Amino acid sequence: MSRFAVPVFAVLAALGIVTGIFMVFMKAPLQYAVGADGSLEGSSLFFNQKIFYFHVAHAFWLFAAVFVSGVASIVFLKTRNARWDDIASAAAEVAVAFGAVVLVTGSIWAKAAWDVWWKLEPRLTLSLLLWLILLGYVLVRRFAGATGDRIAAGMAIFGMVGVPFIYTMVNKGDSHPQAGSKGVVATLGAEYRITFALSVAAFLCWFIALVVYRVQSVRAERELRELRELALDRGVLS
Amino acid sequence: MSLLRQSTLIASKELRIELRSKEILYTMAFFGGLLVVVYSFAFPREPKAILGSMPGMLWVTLAFAGTIGLGRAFDREREHDTMRALLLAPVPRLAVFLGKAFAITVLVLAVAALVMPLLAVFMSLPDDRLNPDRSGGLFAHPGPVILAVVLGAIGFAITGTVFAATLLKVRSRDVLLPVILYPLLIPLFVAGTKATAALIGGRADFEEAWYWIQFLGIYDAVFLVVSVWIFESLVIE
Repeated sequence: MSRFAVPVFAVLAALGIVTGIFMVFMKAPLQYAVGADGSLEGSSLFFNQKIFYFHVAHAFWLFAAVFVSGVASIVFLKTRNARWDDIASAAAEVAVAFGAVVLVTGSIWAKAAWDVWWKLEPRLTLSLLLWLILLGYVLVRRFAGATGDRIAAGMAIFGMVGVPFIYTMVNKGDSHPQAGSKGVVATLGAEYRITFALSVAAFLCWFIALVVYRVQSVRAERELRELRELALDRGVLS
Repeated sequence: MSLLRQSTLIASKELRIELRSKEILYTMAFFGGLLVVVYSFAFPREPKAILGSMPGMLWVTLAFAGTIGLGRAFDREREHDTMRALLLAPVPRLAVFLGKAFAITVLVLAVAALVMPLLAVFMSLPDDRLNPDRSGGLFAHPGPVILAVVLGAIGFAITGTVFAATLLKVRSRDVLLPVILYPLLIPLFVAGTKATAALIGGRADFEEAWYWIQFLGIYDAVFLVVSVWIFESLVIE
C-alpha cells in the first residue's frame, strides 16, 4: 500500500463528512410519521431522524469489518502469512471504534424517538453483539500472549460464521413498527438517498484511512519485534 | 480403527479420569446448585416474575457452570502436560476434538440434570386453576425442554472445546475463556432461553419452541463443521 493512501482517504473523508453534514441539515427530507393506514402524517416531523445518516453509516462499516476480519483470519490461518493477520486486527480495532459510535448514537436516537435509552431493537442488538465479538477479539489479541493472533483469528472466524444466526435471532418475533423494510427509511422518499450515499461513502473513506493507518503501524510493530528477536538470536542485542 | 471408535476411546478416557476424581463434576454441580439458591433470593417471588426469569436462570447457570468445567477439564491436560501426548497419539486431531467435545457435553448435561430439578423445586409455582398461564413450571413439557438443553450443551461443548484447547498455554486463560465464549455463544443461549420460555407455563407455544430447537440444531451443525475445520489450524503444539 502506498504511503499516499492514508492522506488521500483522510482528505476525501473530511470533505465528504463536511459536505454530508451540510446535506443532512439543508437538503435531506424530514421523516414523517406513518399513520395506521400507511399514509404520511405530515404534521409530525421527526428531526431526531437526522442522526440516522451518522448512525447507519457507521453501522455499515462495523458489519463490513466483521467480514473483512473473518476472511482475513481464514487466509491467515491457512497461509500463516502474518500480513493477513495485520489486516484482520486493524479492521477489528477500527470497527470497535466505529461500533462505539453506532451504540452511542443508537442510544441517543432511541431516547429521542422512543424515550428510552436502550431498546432491543433488532439492528441495534445486532450491532451490539457484533461489537462485543470484536471487542473480545481485541482483548484476546492483547492479552493472550504469543498465541494471541491465532486464537483471535479463530474468534473472528467463529464470529463471522455466527452473523447469520445473530441476524435470524434478533429479527425473530420482532413486532416493533419501526422494524423491517417498512422502517424509518421507507418514509423518507427518494431524496434522502443522495445524502445517505454520501455519508456512507464519506465514512467508508474514513474507515479505510484508519484501517490502512493501523495496518501500517501494526506491521511496523511486528517487523520491529521480529527484528529484535533476530538480533537477540544473533547476539547483536542482549 | 474408525473415527467413531477413536473418538469414543478419547471421550471414555476423559470421562474415566473424571469419574475417578469426580472433581469437575462435584464442583460444577455445587456451583450450579449455589447459583439456583442465589436466584431464589435475588428475583421477585411472584408467579409472573418466576415464569419470566426461570429460562434465563437455567441457561445462565449452564453457561457459568459449563465454563468452570471447561477450564478445569483442560487444566488437567496442562498440569500433566498430556495435551502433547494426546496430539501425538496415532489418531486424527478430529478424533481428539470430538472425544473432548463429547466429554464436555456429558459434563454439562450432568450439571443440567441436577440444576433443572433444583430450579423446578426452588421456583415451583402453585397450581393456579383460574389462570392456567401461571401454573406449570420447568417440567410442564419435559421432552422439548430436555431436547433444547441437550442441543445447547452440544453447541457449548463444540465452541468451548476449540477455544479451551487453544488457550491451554495462555497465562490469562481463565479470564479469556469467557471473554471469547460468551460473545460467540449469545445466539445459542438466547435460542435456548427462548425455547425454554415458550415451553414453561400452562400454555406452551410449541411452534415457537420448535423454531428455536431447530435453530439450536442448525447452530450446532454449522459450528461443528467450522470447528472440525479450524481445530487443526488452531491447536498446534
